[in-house]
Amino acid sequence: MSSIELAKKEQLGGIQPGQDAEHLPPHIVIEPRRLLGKADLVELWRYRELFYFLTLRDVKVRYKQTVLGAAWAVLQPLFNMLIFTLIFGRLAKLPSDNIPYPLFAFAGLLPWTFFSNAVGAAGSSLVGNSHLVTKVYFPRLIIPAASVLAVLVDFAFSFGLMVVLMAIYRVPLTINLLMLPYLVLVTVTFAFAVGTWLAALQVKYRDVRYVIPFLIQFWMFATPIIYPTSMLPQQLRPLFALNPMAGLIEAYRVALLGGINHSTFNISSLLLVGGITLTLLIFSAYSFRRMEKMFADVI
Amino acid sequence: MLPKFAIKAEKVSKLYHLGAGNGADRTLRDVLATSVRRFKPGSKELKAKTDSQFWALENVSFEIQPGEIVGVIGRNGAGKSTLLKILSRITEPTGGRAELFGRIGSLLEVGTGFHPELSGRENIFLNGSILGMANREIARKFDEIVAFAEIEQFIDTPVKRYSSGMYVRLAFAVAAHLEPEILLVDEVLAVGDAAFQKKCMGKMNEVSKAGRTILFVSHNTAALLGLCTRGLLLECGKLTVDGEIESVVHSYLKSLRANALNDLSSFPNREGKGRVRVTSVAFEDKSGNQIENGISGQPLVIKLNYRSTDSKPLPNCRASIAFYDNLGQTLFNCSSELVIRDPVTLSSEGSIRCVIPQLPLSQNHYLLSLFLEVNREIEDWVQQGVELPVVDGDFYGTGRLYPDGWRGKGVLVNHQWIMTS
Repeated sequence: MSSIELAKKEQLGGIQPGQDAEHLPPHIVIEPRRLLGKADLVELWRYRELFYFLTLRDVKVRYKQTVLGAAWAVLQPLFNMLIFTLIFGRLAKLPSDNIPYPLFAFAGLLPWTFFSNAVGAAGSSLVGNSHLVTKVYFPRLIIPAASVLAVLVDFAFSFGLMVVLMAIYRVPLTINLLMLPYLVLVTVTFAFAVGTWLAALQVKYRDVRYVIPFLIQFWMFATPIIYPTSMLPQQLRPLFALNPMAGLIEAYRVALLGGINHSTFNISSLLLVGGITLTLLIFSAYSFRRMEKMFADVI
Repeated sequence: MLPKFAIKAEKVSKLYHLGAGNGADRTLRDVLATSVRRFKPGSKELKAKTDSQFWALENVSFEIQPGEIVGVIGRNGAGKSTLLKILSRITEPTGGRAELFGRIGSLLEVGTGFHPELSGRENIFLNGSILGMANREIARKFDEIVAFAEIEQFIDTPVKRYSSGMYVRLAFAVAAHLEPEILLVDEVLAVGDAAFQKKCMGKMNEVSKAGRTILFVSHNTAALLGLCTRGLLLECGKLTVDGEIESVVHSYLKSLRANALNDLSSFPNREGKGRVRVTSVAFEDKSGNQIENGISGQPLVIKLNYRSTDSKPLPNCRASIAFYDNLGQTLFNCSSELVIRDPVTLSSEGSIRCVIPQLPLSQNHYLLSLFLEVNREIEDWVQQGVELPVVDGDFYGTGRLYPDGWRGKGVLVNHQWIMTS
């Protein structure tokens, strides 16, 4: 087959459903392909129920045979917050923009705990599900996506704790809260993009498994979680703007705790974060698709 | 408009890269090392040498009509599983294309995706969904699945607490309620105890009668003959025979025999650790003269010559020879374990003999599998690699020959009739 013919067929992609996918037998074409296309999205939609069941599995399995169960979802960031308050707030006396340190730390830990757990879970998800990858077909993207979504359930629990903390400290609710849906969407997308890329990479290079914890740890210190962005020297700030998590966490604090420090937060930086996330998502989905065809052979 | 075919493969090919180059444990360090090497002059030859490739499938083309039950047969490594994996879209072909019309159900194993921590109920939904069933379809068949698996009272127990029998029953029950238009089944499905295998085959029969298209991969010729109407023979990645199942099975067994010279040193269709190998086989009569054929009713001595890779003695040895008819149906098995009570230690090289005092086979060609175990580990297992031609003899001592229509079917049994009125 000439390369031109091959390229044409690749554009057609995999699934070509009939006019009425529910009643006519589906028509499936199997051939080498490379491009990311509409067909991939249609395919993802067709497997939405499996996506749901895999997410459900990940959620259910996580706290099976633990005494405290889902309480761990709240306890993890809570303990982190207490430790941080003790060490960085009390002992090291790090500034916190005049916000009580526990509140300050938790507002940062809330998205960060989600992000680090989601990247960790998604990054190892393909190798962890190798028995599925080698035995059944479904769009592989579902695996890291389900991992991220399962962690989002924990995020919802710890968000409840955040609400409680805000009530205890009598934080007034502001219009800034309206940013929250956008922030959560970007955080989830960003975690998914990073996790998916690492997952695909790990299929071939098991080194990734060992790199992820260090990456997360380093990333945490490079993100204003225990310290405020205002503590950063002015010349370093553009560099931090490139770290979507830095911009996001600053924005979470603004949204939840109110009050805008215009030297560290503005809408354009928030749009930049969205842009970076979207770019990364496209890159990540593309390279995932490119590596996907060797998963079953290499995993 | 309904399509004419259920499955159409056109020049489907799959290239695998062998060796360290593409292994799962390839680390970043290796990649860095090879990319450095790539910049050095003359590195191309080096790459070609380390990166050996092989075609697991080469230009395989066929068309299967809706409702056909097709068996795919071939030796280990002939490309059967690769074909199944491509058609079930687990792996992509390197070249060519395949088209399928219909919902595909692929069963490469039962219980794919079962999670030990989840309950039977949760696993039914998860596994059903993985196999491609819709949620409401699973809900509709739920009671039926549970009843089929006979696990009603354990339905909310985590499956890690199930006995292995319950686990397999549940897994199979879910798979059995899959209702795709095209079913792709691997022979691994036929593991488990005999009762389970029977249940499997029964269900497959049922499914086939419902007019679905089935592609069944196996090298169990008996199962293929019982189930399929058409066969595809794969040899070294190429489709060599496509036709009636009987003729395909014949070609397959013939292809095995072509390699089954009495010299077995390079016979490919074998399993085991391989530190000890059966190198050749010879047939002898009772006085030790080499013979070409067995004779019905006469003594037959089967001599196995073996050699070990080192010179250590081989403790706790067990050997067995299984007999099959020319369609690959199992007849009987002669195992040293059955007749020798004490453990046997053999020297590292030599020959052993199996003596059958009165050969219970009628005139036909038979196939033998050889099995050698040392210290509870399978060292060599030559599967249907030896052909034994048998000519008629006076088995019953009456000068009467076994009737034509019964020749080659089953075994001869010594018996008596009391016929006095």
